[in-house]
Amino acid sequence: MTTTTQTETPRPSLGARYATFMSRHSSLMPTFAAIVILIVLLVGAQLAFGNFITPRNMSALLLNNAYLLILAVGLTFVILTGGIDLSVGSVMAFTGILCAKLLADGLPAIVAIPLMLLGGAAIGLLIGVLVHYFDVQPFIASLAGLFLARGLAFVVSLSSIRVEDPAVLWLQRTRLTVGDWYLTPTGILALLIVAIGVFVTQWTRFGRTIYAIGGNEQSARLMGLPVARTKILVYVISGVCGGLAGLVLTAYSGAGYPLNGVGTELDAIAAVVIGGTLLTGGSGYVIGSMIGVLVYGVIKTIIAFMGAEQSWTRIIIGGLLLVFIVVQRFIVTRSDRRR
Amino acid sequence: MTVNEDTPAIAMRGITISFPGVLALDHVDFTLRRGEVHSLMGENGAGKSTLIKALTGVYPIDSGTIAVDGEERVFSATADAQTAGISTVYQEVNLCANLSVGENVMLGHEPRGRAGIDWKAVHRLAAEHLAGLGLAVDTRSILSSHSIAIQQLVAISRAMVLDAKVLILDEPTSSLDRGEVERLFAVIRELRDQGVAILFVSHFLEQVYEISDRITVLRNGRLVGEHLAADLPRDSLVSQMIGRELDELDAISRTADRVIDRTAAPVLRATGVGRRGMLEPADLDIYEGEVVGLAGLLGSGRTELVRLLYGADKADSGTVEIGGRPARLTSPRHAIDHRIAFSSEDRRAEGIIADLTVAENIVLGIQAKRGWMRPVRRAERDQVVSEYISALGVRPADPDMLVRNLSGGNQQKVLLARWLATAPQLIILDEPTRGIDVGAKADIQRKVAELSAQGLSVVFISSELEEVLRLAQRVVVMRDRRRIGELDSSTVDLDLLIDYIANEGEGSAA
Amino acid sequence: MKKLVTHRLFWPVMALLALIVVNTIARPQFISVTLRDGELYGALIDILRNSAPLMLVALGMTIVIATRGIDLSVGAIMAVSGAVALTIIDTSGDPGSGATVAVALLVGILVALVLGVWNGFLIAVLGIQPIIATLVLMLAGRGVALLITDGFITTVTSAPYKFIATGYVIGLPFALFISVAAIIVIALLERRTALGVLTESVGINPEASRLAGVRARGIVFGAYAASGVLAGMAGILYSSNIMAADANAAGLYIELYAILAVVLGGTSLMGGKFTIAGTVVGVLTIQTLESTILFLGVPSAQAPVFFAAVVIVVVLVQSPRLHRFARGLFASRRPDGGGPSTPAPTPPTTTEPTKAEAVR
Repeated sequence: MTTTTQTETPRPSLGARYATFMSRHSSLMPTFAAIVILIVLLVGAQLAFGNFITPRNMSALLLNNAYLLILAVGLTFVILTGGIDLSVGSVMAFTGILCAKLLADGLPAIVAIPLMLLGGAAIGLLIGVLVHYFDVQPFIASLAGLFLARGLAFVVSLSSIRVEDPAVLWLQRTRLTVGDWYLTPTGILALLIVAIGVFVTQWTRFGRTIYAIGGNEQSARLMGLPVARTKILVYVISGVCGGLAGLVLTAYSGAGYPLNGVGTELDAIAAVVIGGTLLTGGSGYVIGSMIGVLVYGVIKTIIAFMGAEQSWTRIIIGGLLLVFIVVQRFIVTRSDRRR
Repeated sequence: MTVNEDTPAIAMRGITISFPGVLALDHVDFTLRRGEVHSLMGENGAGKSTLIKALTGVYPIDSGTIAVDGEERVFSATADAQTAGISTVYQEVNLCANLSVGENVMLGHEPRGRAGIDWKAVHRLAAEHLAGLGLAVDTRSILSSHSIAIQQLVAISRAMVLDAKVLILDEPTSSLDRGEVERLFAVIRELRDQGVAILFVSHFLEQVYEISDRITVLRNGRLVGEHLAADLPRDSLVSQMIGRELDELDAISRTADRVIDRTAAPVLRATGVGRRGMLEPADLDIYEGEVVGLAGLLGSGRTELVRLLYGADKADSGTVEIGGRPARLTSPRHAIDHRIAFSSEDRRAEGIIADLTVAENIVLGIQAKRGWMRPVRRAERDQVVSEYISALGVRPADPDMLVRNLSGGNQQKVLLARWLATAPQLIILDEPTRGIDVGAKADIQRKVAELSAQGLSVVFISSELEEVLRLAQRVVVMRDRRRIGELDSSTVDLDLLIDYIANEGEGSAA
Repeated sequence: MKKLVTHRLFWPVMALLALIVVNTIARPQFISVTLRDGELYGALIDILRNSAPLMLVALGMTIVIATRGIDLSVGAIMAVSGAVALTIIDTSGDPGSGATVAVALLVGILVALVLGVWNGFLIAVLGIQPIIATLVLMLAGRGVALLITDGFITTVTSAPYKFIATGYVIGLPFALFISVAAIIVIALLERRTALGVLTESVGINPEASRLAGVRARGIVFGAYAASGVLAGMAGILYSSNIMAADANAAGLYIELYAILAVVLGGTSLMGGKFTIAGTVVGVLTIQTLESTILFLGVPSAQAPVFFAAVVIVVVLVQSPRLHRFARGLFASRRPDGGGPSTPAPTPPTTTEPTKAEAVR
């Protein structure tokens, strides 16, 4: 079934244009669905509470979830290749407490921060090497990373360490205000990471190789793409994002805490999947993951507004994830049957 | 060394490759010239794929030389072959179906501007390359939204982007219909005229003769001969490929000339069985002790029909009667309860349980029927297993060997044993002799003939029409997902059958 | 001798024995068992008792993995069953009565069964990938447990309930009997009936099994239901041990330890052939390792570092690349099907078409 493009075309019918659009952008559908859900949530909350969509609340949305946003971007890279990284929550905790310790020991922030990022990268490198060179399933390899990072966090310190360094605290305390809207450097950092993520995945060969690997790794290899390098790098990226999230969280809470981020990897995975990225790889968008994080944040805020227990957040996210997965499954079976 | 008109694109000399226990290639010479389409022919196991893997850098060679454009090369990885200008398009198109057509063509070589990849240029260049092959496709559309035929042409187009001097096409027409094959051949001829050397591998004799300039025949790892296609008569080619083994198989043929009692109710009668997008409603009936063959080109719907009958896929129209009584066959379990057995054409993916032993595989059919609560006792298992190992000649005769370690022919025998052990009244065999050595082929066909003479009904699918004519009393012919007719096997020979398949129901020959 | 060394259980058992030997050398009292008031005490006894929850979960995980699946929700199910049971006891009139405890146990395990059936439904009937399907419960389950306990850590006083985890019967911990009973039941079920072989068949090749008439759906369904029940029992044990329902801490990361135990025991994550005995050895090894780490004075919070090392060593040993490397060192030069820079499997061949060519 070829779609012949002619040079002199009469205005194509609506049906034809829809068909062309779908044949080009069908992988955007799940992300569209996420956007719809986000809008429904926002509108519904506004109708229910009346004072939900305010500049203060929306700004807080970004502020409170900046760490999750960064994690989700890094995780998207990994999931696009068909892998998974369960270590992100623990890496976030490890790098956070590491930074706090280094700062407490007198190192300047300009040294401590790169070191913490290096720590995250190192764990990511370990996972990537296990996955690619030793054919270890990403699940198991990142499990090892999770164990390692969590344990190392406690090796650094068994209890929390306060952060007094002004540079780090500046990241969180400063507000750039425009009327009632405000932005913190951590928020800007998160948005910057999203922007970089979008650029890399859509406009660089590295990014396109990631999609190729997720689509068909063997084909990507036969096509001469640098599969080994790319597969390992995505885990390193996830590790660095874990480090950045650790920085953001430490600035946010003013302390490093080895018990941070227990279960956060699940929240991040849920956000990425809800945002439209398929766990099988090869399909999805960084911007979708951002939508997913916003959905998560909005649900959390709604729960807070309702005065209900925070444990409802996880339940609802779980339920939402389920709906997404079931719908994705039906779409896949329908298109398989058609072929 | 100067490259002149006579320097072949590829010159392989004295290629020898051996694996533990088997000599895959024995001092084989092969020459591929620029601007020619050259077919490599041989039965399964002849060494075709090994030779290609040597050329593409997948297998290292034990001895011999490969020269590309006169220059000797050593390939230690697939990337080496690609850099030398050798591109391969496999039957399973090796592209990334989740990316756009244009991206697939240019992947890894996308033109870049200051702000990253220049997508406009990507699609413009891709469209140009595709147009060079006569293809007009929306380069922004996702590859998976196109048929295999188009995807293949995109793969060929990519090979041209990479400046391929040698193009290897591995079974490219298996999933194509007639029109798509013609378009592919037009592209191949265009490339040939541009000076590309094309290695064409296919088991469709008609197509090989249609497109090739030269034919090389391998048998049992040795070079049998290289000929100009125009100078090689068909039977000469076939006998070079098969050799003297034809006699063994001839002895089986006379068992097909039995009289079938068609007065009683048929073992199975299917009326109007079909499924949208898969098979037009078709009829099929089969009587006790009868072998009904299904013949047709690949893609004609033979496998689809039997899968619907067995319940492997759900039909959305039609009725089925077993022994005169209506039956619902919507899952393999229903079919098995009615004593129907089905041996899939893809024995590796849908047949054998590779990591279980021969004994466990053979007993699986019986065990599945009985359910998990009634395990087959050791004594019974040993008895059944040894009975079938000897009846079918499974080698090595070791019931505790993992099935993955058996040759294709023996794996097929194990599969057959599994089904026969359930004492079916009807067995459906889909390509049971594909990809196995001649000895095993003969064994299986002999067994089928023997069992049908004892009353077992068989539906037999094979792309080797000689086999179908040899074993079946009736041959049902299919084309393009439709049943187009039926023949009495005693009234046709191979040429008539081929003609019927190609032309019956059409106006004139295509 | 060769048969002994190549037996699947050889290395796991060797590893466990090595651990025990090292421990005994470091602290000779490791293998000493003392009898006090008719009850046995000692480090080994502690290991046998404390390993019970992990043993139950790992047994269920083994079967699930054999079907080519995974169950990430076991920790959450543990939390829920503990919360349910303790809440029943807490809100009953007579927390110390055997009847109340019996009801609490029954309902707790029943709820766990329902959750396992839920997983089975998503995976076997709807065809959702196991990792995603069980992820949902992993996320939501703890939230549900927290709701049941109203966010608090419910504590109760109930002698019969306490007995489950800390009581003794004929000198041995009751928890050990639960472990052993579960092992025996599962082993009998899998190996005395055809369930084991059919499960392996489904795990190795689900489509071929379906075409051969195996009730693949039922087997997968049953695997997750069993995993749920076993996790429920583990949850009871855990809450009985601390006489509290801690929805956040119950079974935290236990799915990971269970998977590790299964892998250590020799069952492949790819599904198919599995070994109950191997999992038992794996669980005991993990428990012994934990005991070793604690003895070394390492704070238990830092123990995961050691387990990370164990995971890495295990997967490296099982890695095919390492085998190729080792074979290359010891064997003679011989082509074995791949260039050095292409660890990937070979591209599809001509002569043996793998997938059906007929277009569906």
